[in-house]
Amino acid sequence: MLWEAVKLAFQSIRRNAMRSVLTLLGIVIGVAAVIAMVTIGSGTSQKVQDNLAKLGSNMLILRPGQSTFGPGGATEARAFDERTVSALRSNLTGVRALAPTAQKNAKVVFGALNYDTTVTGTDSSYFAAQDWSFREGRPFSDSEIRSGGSVCVIGSTIVSELFGTLDPLGSRLRVGSFACDVIGVLDSKGQSAFGTDQDNTVLMPLRTFHRRIAGNTRIGSISISVAERNDIPRVQAETEAVLREVRRVGNGEEDDFTVRDMTQIANTMAMTSTLLTGLLGAVAAVSLLVGGIGIMNIMLVSVTERTREIGIRLAIGALERQVLSQFLVESIVLALFGGIIGIMIGLALAGAASILMDVPFAADIRVIALAFVVSAAIGVVFGYFPARRAARLDPIEALRHE
Amino acid sequence: MTEPPLISFRGVARHYGEGGGLIRALAGVDLTISRGEFIAIMGPSGSGKSTAMNIIGCLDRSTAGVYRFNGVDVTGLTRDQRALLRRNYLGFVFQGYNLLARTTAIENVELPLIYRGMGRRERRERAVHALHRVGLAGREHHTPAELSGGQQQRVAIARAIVTDPLVLLADEPTGNLDTSRSREIMQLLTQLNLEQGITVVMVTHEADMAAFAARTIRFVDGRIDADTRREAA
Ligand SMILES: Nc1ncnc2c1ncn2[C@@H]1O[C@H](COP(=O)(O)OP(=O)(O)O)[C@@H](O)[C@H]1O
Ligand SMILES: [Mg+2]
Repeated sequence: MLWEAVKLAFQSIRRNAMRSVLTLLGIVIGVAAVIAMVTIGSGTSQKVQDNLAKLGSNMLILRPGQSTFGPGGATEARAFDERTVSALRSNLTGVRALAPTAQKNAKVVFGALNYDTTVTGTDSSYFAAQDWSFREGRPFSDSEIRSGGSVCVIGSTIVSELFGTLDPLGSRLRVGSFACDVIGVLDSKGQSAFGTDQDNTVLMPLRTFHRRIAGNTRIGSISISVAERNDIPRVQAETEAVLREVRRVGNGEEDDFTVRDMTQIANTMAMTSTLLTGLLGAVAAVSLLVGGIGIMNIMLVSVTERTREIGIRLAIGALERQVLSQFLVESIVLALFGGIIGIMIGLALAGAASILMDVPFAADIRVIALAFVVSAAIGVVFGYFPARRAARLDPIEALRHE
Repeated sequence: MTEPPLISFRGVARHYGEGGGLIRALAGVDLTISRGEFIAIMGPSGSGKSTAMNIIGCLDRSTAGVYRFNGVDVTGLTRDQRALLRRNYLGFVFQGYNLLARTTAIENVELPLIYRGMGRRERRERAVHALHRVGLAGREHHTPAELSGGQQQRVAIARAIVTDPLVLLADEPTGNLDTSRSREIMQLLTQLNLEQGITVVMVTHEADMAAFAARTIRFVDGRIDADTRREAA
């Protein structure tokens, strides 16, 4: 009997192909929009999370001044110095790596080529703190750090922009008016969460940077990699205490530095992205409602148009529930049909967007299954009223209907 | 113990509207129809013929009186119970054929069997057989649009008899057909009545067609005006 109803539904849909297609449009657009939104959205938050993970794990970033959200937004304040670094080194526990950094934008030159990059002065713990690995070469040696040797480590963008196929190791790279030997090349990290190229970087020992590039001994920021994730709040609190002490921030006075927990920022950003996805999905879901009303409308038209047919069926002995299930199955089949087309279009849109926006294609089978179930539910909910109307028709009046 | 009459009306009335606009479509009818009869119902337009047919066919309910079908009081039955009665014991033929459009002859004939939950193969077999009986072998896969009026009415008759009903109810079955097509339909009904023993109750305006029936009931103003039996030929 159910199989008969399904067959009948297909028959009736085929016979009113044009009308059926127009009916489906609402559901198709609704489902496609939801699927596309959710898929693109989770792709985006996946990318955000991936990028933030590349910043380094369990990272605390210390900057002078009270900063607004975002990188490098620090207001003018006393920079950190060697004393700050050694105070932190001797007071903090549970730290995997701690690296002071000072940065400056500069033009680097090799042969006839030059490139604008960020030059960072730091020490060897930087690579551990920021999860950098070496493609070739080595980090700075202790003596190079102590004496301020003329050595540098470069990111993969510098390699591709300046060296091409040449081996950069051992080459002399000019940074402003100063030249250094390339002793290491970093593996690529790609774009940061904030859209900057992390591989466009040149690193040298902090002392070298101070003497040759900056002309001062300021330390712009300090990166701390905490050993255990659960330990982050404690280390953060201790860091703040040490900094207040070293920088002589009085009781009740506002900190003149910022300690940012990058893990937390990562979570916040991922959460924001998820929230946004949900919101967009919800908006798209409203169009599903519109699609459902479209189905109800067309089913009512169908019932009216087929009043005589219903009369015939009732006259020859169809039970109320048999007529009900016929129309219910028809609206479910319609809605599912629309749902399936919508899922395919939605995935295609998300696929295209993932290529255009360079985010991962994050199709989720659970979301697809849910869209499928919701489509069927729309068929049931919005098909019920017209189907009941059909089932309750008076056979004599229905037969008389023109 | 004698077998109860197939159809028995006792003071059956059917009123429409109320107050001043009250219409007595049937104004208290006593009627008994036995198994195997072939009855023609005649009478002027509006005399209550269709109303009586609808009540006999359990499509409608009387306002007053008692209708027993095969001894069972039908008056208090629910919608679905009446549907089951129609499904199992009654076959309908209408003036306008009432076939499903864009549906082949065989699918039309199978329809009542589908609601009985009969399997596909048995359904096919019985539908083919019914179409054979009404002389439409070879037309199984024609849609109503591809069939003449007479052929469409034959499909409708096949659909009515495919369930082996006790009664075949035909409300002006030849109303849309020319005389020779009408005669063919009458011959078919007669044949079904004689060979299958199906009780036939038929409404007609034409004395020619009524002449095929063994008994003619004449309605006037919602009452039976005359009830005559043809002398056995
Ligand atoms: N649904 C209805 N509502 C109101 N009056 C009706 C309805 N059906 C039939 N009638 C009236 O009942 C009377 C009998 O109708 P009907 O049985 O169809 O007559 P016949 O079939 O003999 O031409 C007529 O006066 C008709 O107008
Ligand atoms: Mg009539």
